Amino acid sequence: MAVVPKFVGERIKRREDPRLISGTATYVDDVRLPGTLAAVVLRSPYPHARINSIDVAAARSAPGVAAVLTGADLKDKVGGIPCVAPAEHIPFHPLLAQGKVRFVGESVAVVVASDAYKAQDAANLIEVDYDPLDAVSDPEKALADGAPILHEEFGNNLVTRALVPNPAVDEAIAKADKVIKFRIVNQRLAPVPMEPRGVLADWHQASGHLTVWTSTQIPHLLRSALAAVLGLPENRVRVIAPEVGGGFGAKLNFYREEALVGYLSRMLGKPVKWIERRRENLATTTHGRDQITYLEVPVKNDGTVLGIKAKFICDMGAYLQLLTPAIPGFSGLMMTGCYKIPATSFEQVMVFTNKMATDAYRGAGRPEAAYIAERTMDMVALELGLDPVEVRRRNFIPKDAFPYATCAGLVYDSGDYNTALNKALEIVDYPKIRAEQAEALKHGRYVGIGVASYVEICGIGPSVMLPPKVPGWESATVRMEPDSRVTVLTGISPHGQGQETTFAQMAADAFGIDIDDVAVVHGDTAIVQYGVGTFGSRGLSVGGAALMMSVSKVQDKLKKIASTMMEAPPDQLTFANRTVALKSDATKSIPLQAVVDAAYGWKMPIPGMEPGLDATSVFEPTGCTFPFGTHISVVEVDPDTGVVKFLRYVAVDDCGNIISPLLVAGQVHGGIAQGIAQALYEEVVYDENGQLVTATLMDYAAPRAQMLPRYELAHTVTPSPLNPMGVKGVGEAGTIGSTPCVVNAVMDALKPLGVRHIDMPLRPEKLWRAIRDAKKA
Amino acid sequence: MYPGQFEYHRAASIKDALDLLKRYGDDAKLLSGGHSLIPMMKLRLAQPAHLIDVTKIAELRALSESGGKIVIGAAAPHDAVATSSLVRDKLGLLAEAAAAIGDVQVRNRGTIGGSLTHADPAADYPAAVLALEGEIKLERDGGSRTVKAADFFLDLMTTAVQPGELLSQIAFAPIPAGAGYSYQKYPHPASGFAMVGVAALVSLDRSGKIASARVGVTGLGAKAFRAGAVEAALAGKAADAATITAAAAKTADGIDALGDIHASSEYRAELARVYARRAIQAAVARAKA
Ligand SMILES: Cc1cc2nc3c(=O)[nH]c(=O)nc-3n(C[C@H](O)[C@H](O)[C@H](O)COP(=O)(O)OP(=O)(O)OC[C@H]3O[C@@H](n4cnc5c(N)ncnc54)[C@H](O)[C@@H]3O)c2cc1C
Repeated sequence: MAVVPKFVGERIKRREDPRLISGTATYVDDVRLPGTLAAVVLRSPYPHARINSIDVAAARSAPGVAAVLTGADLKDKVGGIPCVAPAEHIPFHPLLAQGKVRFVGESVAVVVASDAYKAQDAANLIEVDYDPLDAVSDPEKALADGAPILHEEFGNNLVTRALVPNPAVDEAIAKADKVIKFRIVNQRLAPVPMEPRGVLADWHQASGHLTVWTSTQIPHLLRSALAAVLGLPENRVRVIAPEVGGGFGAKLNFYREEALVGYLSRMLGKPVKWIERRRENLATTTHGRDQITYLEVPVKNDGTVLGIKAKFICDMGAYLQLLTPAIPGFSGLMMTGCYKIPATSFEQVMVFTNKMATDAYRGAGRPEAAYIAERTMDMVALELGLDPVEVRRRNFIPKDAFPYATCAGLVYDSGDYNTALNKALEIVDYPKIRAEQAEALKHGRYVGIGVASYVEICGIGPSVMLPPKVPGWESATVRMEPDSRVTVLTGISPHGQGQETTFAQMAADAFGIDIDDVAVVHGDTAIVQYGVGTFGSRGLSVGGAALMMSVSKVQDKLKKIASTMMEAPPDQLTFANRTVALKSDATKSIPLQAVVDAAYGWKMPIPGMEPGLDATSVFEPTGCTFPFGTHISVVEVDPDTGVVKFLRYVAVDDCGNIISPLLVAGQVHGGIAQGIAQALYEEVVYDENGQLVTATLMDYAAPRAQMLPRYELAHTVTPSPLNPMGVKGVGEAGTIGSTPCVVNAVMDALKPLGVRHIDMPLRPEKLWRAIRDAKKA
Repeated sequence: MYPGQFEYHRAASIKDALDLLKRYGDDAKLLSGGHSLIPMMKLRLAQPAHLIDVTKIAELRALSESGGKIVIGAAAPHDAVATSSLVRDKLGLLAEAAAAIGDVQVRNRGTIGGSLTHADPAADYPAAVLALEGEIKLERDGGSRTVKAADFFLDLMTTAVQPGELLSQIAFAPIPAGAGYSYQKYPHPASGFAMVGVAALVSLDRSGKIASARVGVTGLGAKAFRAGAVEAALAGKAADAATITAAAAKTADGIDALGDIHASSEYRAELARVYARRAIQAAVARAKA
């Protein structure tokens, strides 16, 4: 019989890709139900305005129109959008504006018609009488006296204030050789998934069942929220996440349209579909980042960092989405990065502004933290005249200090920061590029070298790490079918990460079967047991651990049965080449199929044993994993134009053990792309009056391939002790390491001109001005 | 964003298209690649009741040489222009500008006639068409006229094309042997259009001095333009770095530069000077080669 190879650790091509690259995947908009009506949402052109009246008469009588609803029609009939993270002020978040609009794009009315064109025609007939109000878009101005107030009932624009004080920081500041102070901004970004959001809802009147197809990362959590908002029992709501064309955290949420479309389908007794347009996506899908941080860093002259004191101003936007006020916490907790910093304290002021809500975006709080930590290290080096690499080395948490409890109260599972740094330095040949840099400068060329040694949190769990109703565990069912093929049902609902591949690799190896003998099923609440979802790179470390728990339960049962058939103790048995074999002698084996036949009860050899071969498990980790690494980039800044050109980009990432090298590379590539884009290109811009300037992709600079360098990737491997696979997570690492790495490189290039810091994105114009001003001075 | 209702007509010939234009008047729009018109329709900034597709008219897609001129059909996609050996050999500057447009999908769809008529201030083609002194042929019911490139672009998204007219072709004199050219573009980080784009065509005399220079600039102002002051500062001078830098410094003179979040008008003007210098330098280097 042909030998079945091993799959874990091999360069397996993604099993998801053929359908994606051949255009045969099924996204929400590809789901076609007969008689479906189309919904179009009418949105506010104003950042802040009172609604005096809405005249929908003409729209209601327009051809093909089935329904037109405004906020007034929904009042007291349906709940609001929940925010599950604690905050002092959580406003009611309606599905359609109630009396007032608070950001550009806020939904004001919805039209349902026989097709989207007719719905749009009718929407254009709606007349809204607005009284424009002053708006505030600058979070630092939102709390000032006299600032326009978004939610009058609170009396001000404060969402919440979080304070993690520590008198030791002030002591460190008092006794430091030097205190470095600076302000940095993590600008607002738009996640821009290739597939915008979309919802199709189908109410079945006779059975009282609602089925909702939606482009989401969290079908089960969404089902709970949707059932609550619509007042339906959870067992009558089915949520299906079909192919999801990118989420990046933006679809780790519950949106107005998801509830609206569900409501409309029930109201009309017909399927209703809404597909988000790109402009809507940029204006009304959650944004990320938007934090301003004031830092005070006491240091010794040798580069030892004694503490970090930070004040954050965090822009939450106009309403709170699912996790909005929970995101900044991660920035505060992680801002010490991979460094042994004895004292930290932080204050976070979260405010309402007339903008779309912020929430999780790839990295969710950790990119901001890594940016703070890594800019801090470079600032320390700059101010003390030290090499940035030396400053990092001096402050690293040493390898033998793990598990390491940070002064913010986290426990880092495992780490070896120096080895990753050394590997990256070796790949770029640090002494050589420093020499080349000095030589280039002699010829008027501004070359810069940027280093970022990051650490981040992955595998989010246990549940206490997360707000109520977003548990920290994950579920998996493993079922060996009667033909000895395996079906895996996972709660993580992957949406691009590739667990149809990695989970199949793991299950195939565990049972000695081929990867093609494993089917991974997800994203349908009627099929898959309750699960949480993948975000914070928890798919493999938490969901994979649940998978392995179920795998071993099924293995145990198979071994017990095989043991009676082979007259060998179960612990002497193993799975290979579609057989159950003696560990000591693989030639002594019986076909796996024979054991499966027995298990299904046709020849059950163990009296009283429950027939069948499936197991469901839930894994709740005891702690988070902390992947890390060092990225180094070499850039050149054109002094004539300020344009940044990449000369090298090296990433050394440590995500623990690697199940699937190709998928890890893919995650790192995509992550770096988005991280570089934050450093150089992307910014959601609202003008001072709250108008959205980056309303289309003609203005919002999402990165494209030619704007990115060639990546040189390498890894170190420091397994996590917290899950059976020893994995950490890699979905966000690239985003987290790359942003500070690139900013550090550009600032290093401009160091000879005396430039200290420029806020992102490092648009050529900003660099050109800095260079020009420096040369003038 | 969903467009309003419209009727689609596929014109079989120029005459057919003109007849349809006449029949539907203001309710009709010609459709070429659709890359500008359809987005406008989705935003309902344009709501034509009739679209007349000109891309199936064979003579509008043709690239040919006749009467000593290179003739580019209005419905020729950018990719056809960028990759045609005729255009690359005799009108290299136009091929370079075409190759700098968007990406492969865009170049396979967008057309030169649509680009010129739409007259986006950041479109690439206009810079090259100005420098190459293209002659733009406009057909209307019962006649045609030819407009010089210099007279074609009137203002922001406004050209000499009148209602009822169809742009059928652009004719160019081939680039003379020995002349050098270059199109230098700084792509807008979001749109990919030209933040600035400069097309330079330079001829040297026997002594190596600049005999003539033509410089077309796009992206900087409301419309693409010929940088007359730059050209004048080059003509008859030595083709050296100092001359070129001094001449290029005049690129933005008298132009009301556009600005956005990615490039203010001040910076855009500087970019234009830098890219003009680079384009002229590259053109001179080619002329010398
Ligand atoms: C994603 C994207 C990226 C792009 N990037 C660039 C870029 O980098 N640089 C660049 O220069 N351009 C770029 N473009 C523009 C594109 O290449 C086209 O040139 C442009 O959209 C217009 O050409 P079209 O053939 O699509 O014209 P259409 O959109 O079909 O028409 C444009 C206008 O011209 C009129 N028209 C069309 N043909 C004729 C005719 N024969 N006679 C009279 N009137 C006519 C139409 O009625 C309409 O008003 C980009 C477009 C897209 C969608």
